[in-house]
Amino acid sequence: MAKSKQKKAPAGSRRAARKETSPRAKKGKRPPAREPETLSLFGEETLAAAPAKKGARPAEVARSKKSASVEEDDTPAPRARGARTERGSYNDAEAIASKQRDISVSEFFAKNRHMLGFDSPTRAILTAVKEAVDNSLDACEEAGLPPDIKVEIHELSEDRFKVVIEDSGPGIVKQQVPKIFGKLLYGSKFHELRQSRGQQGIGISAAVMYSQLTTGKPVRITSRIGEKHKAHLYELQIDTKKNAPVVLDDGAVEWNRPHGTRIEMEMEAIYQKGKRSVDQYLHQVALANPHADIHFIAPRSEPIHYARLSDQLPPPAIPIKPHPYGVELGVLIDMLQTSRARNVAGFLSGEFSRMSAKIAEEVLGFAKVPASTKPERVTRDQAEAIIKAFPKVKIMRPPTDCLSVVGEDLLVKSLQREVKANFYTAVTRPPTVYRGNPFQIEAAIAYGGDLAGDEIVSLYRFANRAPLIYQQSACAITNAVMNTAWKSYGVDQSRGALPTAPMIIMVQIASVWVPFTSESKEAVAHYDDIIKEIKLALQECGRRLGAFIRRGARERDELKKRSYIEKYIPHIGIALQEILGISEKEEEKIVATLVDTLERSRKL
Amino acid sequence: MATSKVSGKIKNEASRVRDAIVDGKKPAMKFPLRALTNVKYQPKVGYLEMKGRMKERTLTVNTVKTFAQTLRMMALSKQLVDTDDIATKREAYYVSKNWDDARFDEQPESDTVMDDVEALFGLNREQLGFIPEEKGGEIAGKLIILDKDRDTGKPLRIDCTKFGSGAYSIPTSVESLEFETDAKFLLVIETAGMFQRLVKHNYWKTANCILISMGGVPTRACRRFIRRLSDEMKLPVYVFVDGDPYGISNIYRTLKVGSGNAAHLNEFFCVPQARFLGITPQDIVHYKLPTHPLKDVDIKRAKDALKTDPFFLHHKAWQDAINQLVGMGVRAEQQALAKHGLNYVIDTYLPEKLKHPERFLP
Repeated sequence: MAKSKQKKAPAGSRRAARKETSPRAKKGKRPPAREPETLSLFGEETLAAAPAKKGARPAEVARSKKSASVEEDDTPAPRARGARTERGSYNDAEAIASKQRDISVSEFFAKNRHMLGFDSPTRAILTAVKEAVDNSLDACEEAGLPPDIKVEIHELSEDRFKVVIEDSGPGIVKQQVPKIFGKLLYGSKFHELRQSRGQQGIGISAAVMYSQLTTGKPVRITSRIGEKHKAHLYELQIDTKKNAPVVLDDGAVEWNRPHGTRIEMEMEAIYQKGKRSVDQYLHQVALANPHADIHFIAPRSEPIHYARLSDQLPPPAIPIKPHPYGVELGVLIDMLQTSRARNVAGFLSGEFSRMSAKIAEEVLGFAKVPASTKPERVTRDQAEAIIKAFPKVKIMRPPTDCLSVVGEDLLVKSLQREVKANFYTAVTRPPTVYRGNPFQIEAAIAYGGDLAGDEIVSLYRFANRAPLIYQQSACAITNAVMNTAWKSYGVDQSRGALPTAPMIIMVQIASVWVPFTSESKEAVAHYDDIIKEIKLALQECGRRLGAFIRRGARERDELKKRSYIEKYIPHIGIALQEILGISEKEEEKIVATLVDTLERSRKL
Repeated sequence: MATSKVSGKIKNEASRVRDAIVDGKKPAMKFPLRALTNVKYQPKVGYLEMKGRMKERTLTVNTVKTFAQTLRMMALSKQLVDTDDIATKREAYYVSKNWDDARFDEQPESDTVMDDVEALFGLNREQLGFIPEEKGGEIAGKLIILDKDRDTGKPLRIDCTKFGSGAYSIPTSVESLEFETDAKFLLVIETAGMFQRLVKHNYWKTANCILISMGGVPTRACRRFIRRLSDEMKLPVYVFVDGDPYGISNIYRTLKVGSGNAAHLNEFFCVPQARFLGITPQDIVHYKLPTHPLKDVDIKRAKDALKTDPFFLHHKAWQDAINQLVGMGVRAEQQALAKHGLNYVIDTYLPEKLKHPERFLP
């Protein structure tokens, strides 16, 4: 068991990893599993482990207890398959080989759903809504249509809900619907570097799969691509072994939207309000997407409507080619294999950004690879030499005009709708680059007013306008907020913590490739370049806030001093009366004159 | 000064303030600046003298509280003077508790305002009706003090040799006292411990002197007592304190030439004829005294003395001595002499020092 885990699992995940990082990887189509009727290796292992150990002799138990890792690394462990005797039997290479096979991606994810954000019933409903809304917004923006989004959650029983998400997007061509919703790793966004919410094309199909796993029911997709076309309704399931859609029913239907897409899924879930709820998520979506109009209908509560704040759609995100500084060896080899360029020089200048023919020549010179080599003939060593040659040549940073941001004005408007505060400000940093990927940071804060005072600030994190709800503490954004010296702006902060103030902090990273720490896309990875930019944005916000807070302090001080006049002038009157024996009337007159003299001298 | 005169001064100042207010102007009061930077030292005069720099407190929103408090303190003073009453500094502080918002939160605040009023009129606080509650110091030795019986007003002769193991306490007001003595000099001592030792062994008899304990920085009454006794009986004053910057620059300097804070009163509260017997930095070397390292605050005090204190700036001998002390980086207490035997101070140290009063530091 140990051996197969060691060999197979990493191989599988390595493949998966390459898929996630390679913009040029082949379509997510995977050959169907050779023996779909048998149990997956993962399941088998977990089942096998316990009895094997239970049946082991004391000496062996002691050994395995002593060092589980040693056992896994060096010693072939007793295997379930051959464990017909009490002791069990070892497997030879042939026996092991007989059990080695491809794992269906959908099957893998079915068993590892926590990676995609479906690990608890409360989180599942949020993730399903999130994936659908992300897709809807992406589609609307790509088509240049103002997004109208409707989210409905219907309670069917205590732990069973129907989730409906409907948009006014361009709709999906009939033939594509099954693949988009019923096949993991299928999508348009993975194959190019371009700013969007979704990236890998797993999200919505994972939601479909979760629905299927917990209810056994198909999902219903309605889509219409224009007034000339009829809307089309599908009932879909996923064949988790084959990673392929199964269409249960389809046909034309009447739909009052001229174009758009609607998905209905049932799932086992728990719907609750609060910090990490669908409510909170949509609330934050509205914050970062002032161009969207969002309706939300939830069980046992009033419908919520976030009206569109701006008719201005974000400028379309422009796809760019990868930059040499960010490319990894495996990716480069993949790109070489699939390139249609005639030679490696043409390949470099054609498939990377900022690679002119001259720079490509220089790179190849350093790498000692003949410029005329055919791309598919480039060896692994040559590819590695090319990677090592990139940093030796000065290459322009990638273009950054491909990014689309919310903008300072709209961020402030959004926050103004969110809360009645005393002070708002927003900063959009100029775009810059981490590991060859362009990115751009925005930060905004609201301070004072209706916000509660002695509490840790509310931090809203966004990546490409999509709210990040979970894993706040693992996120580079949180790290940057904590490492900003808020005290110098007049805001309380304990060491190594978020500041304590009546304040909302909003930070968004826009990038063609946001580096997440995991597939569920909840936390931004800790790249120094990114943290530095976030801090710069926060510091600018902080300086403006500091000026505001100090102005407030000055005004309070002035008021206090004015109150001094009322407090202490009468005592001057009393003293003079006592010393000089003047009349009460004269004393009053002196006090009045003095108050007048002093107040005239102060202009508030 | 006649009480009516004090009362008149207060009235004049209050009238000025009232007139300014009635004219629609912001009233102001002028105080001499009370700091070491505003004093000079001339050996001829013998004390730290005010240089005449003034600070003007104009009534503004920022100063209104202190201004009101100063006026109310003046009113209290006038009332005390007019009714021939007195109030201790602590009592004055409690009186202010009846002033609502103008009350003082802590006594140091009321003491500061009291010092301001003293300086404003160039009077000392006793003349204004305020008295300190601090103890004035202790006396033992060949001295007869002529005081009056509180009830009968009959003269009282107090013989300072008759206190046994105890001592005579200097009263807060010493102006009416008179003296009789045949002692040769006054020995003024910093610590009560050393004073006790000398009293116990009747050192005043051996050396034919008057012993005075200051118990730290001498109070105004103590300084005034020593001054009057020394002036009237024509006796030299020898000062015996710890060999550290505090003993030198705070205790000895204040006794001899007065303080920067109450410079307007130094004329009365100084003892220009005082000489520094010990412990000198040279004593530490000569008598091989056990020492402690100088603390940061000691070093700062010594450096400040060398940099800003007009008295030390005037005396080269003192500058050398302080530099020597800082150079050694140590200090020695009076009691350090006990290293050579408990009565070494009586049998050896003082007799040796007193053979050469001309070698004492100025």
